[in-house]
Amino acid sequence: MVNIVVAVKHVSGSADETVFEDDLTIDRTGSDGHLSELDEYAVEQALVLKDHLGDGATVTALTVGPAGASDALAKALQMGADDAVHVCDDAIAGSDALGTAVVLAAAIGRLQHDVVVFGIASTDGWMGVIPSMVSELLELPVLSRASEVTVAGQTVRVRRDDDTESRVLEADMPLLVSVTDQSGEPRYPSFKGIMAAKKKPVLTWSLPDLGVDDALVGAQGSCVAVMEVTTRPPRGKGVLVTDESGSGAAELVDFLSTHKFV
Amino acid sequence: MAEVLVLIDHAEGRITKPAAEALTLARRLGAPGAVVFGAQASVVDDVQSYGAERLYLVGVPSGESPSPADRARTLASLVSEREPALVLIPTASDGNEVGARLAVLVRSGIVTDAVDLVSEDGVPVAVKSVLAGGFTTTARVTRGTPIVTVKPNSVTPDKASGACTSTDIALVTGHTRDVTLVSRERRAVSERPDLTEAAVVVAGGRGTGGDFAAVERLADALGGAVGASRAAVDAGWYPHACQVGQTGKVVSPQLYIANGISGAIQHRAGMQTSKLIVAVNKDVEAPIFDLADFGVVGDLHTVLPATIDGIAARGSA
Repeated sequence: MVNIVVAVKHVSGSADETVFEDDLTIDRTGSDGHLSELDEYAVEQALVLKDHLGDGATVTALTVGPAGASDALAKALQMGADDAVHVCDDAIAGSDALGTAVVLAAAIGRLQHDVVVFGIASTDGWMGVIPSMVSELLELPVLSRASEVTVAGQTVRVRRDDDTESRVLEADMPLLVSVTDQSGEPRYPSFKGIMAAKKKPVLTWSLPDLGVDDALVGAQGSCVAVMEVTTRPPRGKGVLVTDESGSGAAELVDFLSTHKFV
Repeated sequence: MAEVLVLIDHAEGRITKPAAEALTLARRLGAPGAVVFGAQASVVDDVQSYGAERLYLVGVPSGESPSPADRARTLASLVSEREPALVLIPTASDGNEVGARLAVLVRSGIVTDAVDLVSEDGVPVAVKSVLAGGFTTTARVTRGTPIVTVKPNSVTPDKASGACTSTDIALVTGHTRDVTLVSRERRAVSERPDLTEAAVVVAGGRGTGGDFAAVERLADALGGAVGASRAAVDAGWYPHACQVGQTGKVVSPQLYIANGISGAIQHRAGMQTSKLIVAVNKDVEAPIFDLADFGVVGDLHTVLPATIDGIAARGSA
């Protein structure tokens, strides 16, 4: 039977409300965090794959993060994941992308992982490198940036849309897939799903559970140092005109002309 | 002087503009060594004109562009041989995938999506715009060979003179089990400038009602590219390749004209570093006006045609 692992991230509030700590990491203790929106697409595709595979296929939601990150797992379980794993260890805080990928790869390696599904990027860090890093660490083939996912037997097929071409690509299990927000709208949890989620098993693993050397993770293990964070200065107040029988266009042409675009 | 390896994208025998930008940035940190996959020796003139002192021509047996995994492996072997001060990779298409794999292979730190790169006492420091453009960070790699991916338009390409030595090297391949290409379909190439590289972007949103004709004509009148909001793309009015925003393209043109776009954060994240922003919207309360240097409260279906006529009149005056 096939098990699908979907990796999800808990992110704090919206970008408007993000706060940096004194050590220039993002404050992740805020209570209004949620499952990263782009990871909802990953959960959706994991569930669609499960439905297509039938025959007892299961979905395991996996996250790495502090205690509050379990909210992201709860959402994935409400949407329909069967069980969840929360890798939670104080030593992980401040990890860079590589450290995070090492932890994720170790956790995925401990789970049955026929298909591993990721979103394209988190909505806070926005690097989009984790799927490639985990693929490299686990030596799994990767179908990245998929805008359409289908499965037949042991073979997963995707469509990837780039600027100059669209490609259909496929690979056999075990493999890793990252999906875009074009892959299909995520479902809303049903009332039944929300109630059922409360009874689904959630395992918590620490770094020793995974056998990960903590020299590779956390701020100590990070290969990147953020030196300075500055708030983008607000844009100056602009000119606002109201169009009245063509006046708006005339003033716009004047503006474009003043700035030498016309 | 230390060497800086630069991954060079090319098309039709010429290097791309982001590649020229990356070579320009590389010169701030050391002597550029251009790494080119599957190109003719003719690119030597291009890379030399942007200051590359070495050119590594990687033979590609199939003629297909190698996978990110194979490009990363080839770069990793060059990193161990040449011990560069830095590896610079343009983000275009799959640069971040190559960089991510390279970081694993050489156990080094990576900074993605830099908008600038400077030398602080010889140490590369990358500048990033983060959290929907609300913050700017500077970061440096503290372990291994620094890997930095750079966004288009980070610097104006600047020519340099000098000699360039060309070396042929072999592609290093990895995973035995890889992905299979089933089919591919080329997209029609637009006559307009590339969205991420254009000096002028004219974009349309929900307010167009699906009719992009005026948006396109204004773009053409200004020599610009056409963009679309997520709402317009989700409605099927314009291709996803033209989407401006967090999950589409992040653009930073000299002039951005938003038409019938309310300005949700996911859109603002894709355009708020534009030099000048113009907005046309019927709704005076639209958040896009908070960003606009010049805003017109009005119906784009009348304002845009009149603007196009006005531009034509100036042009012939």
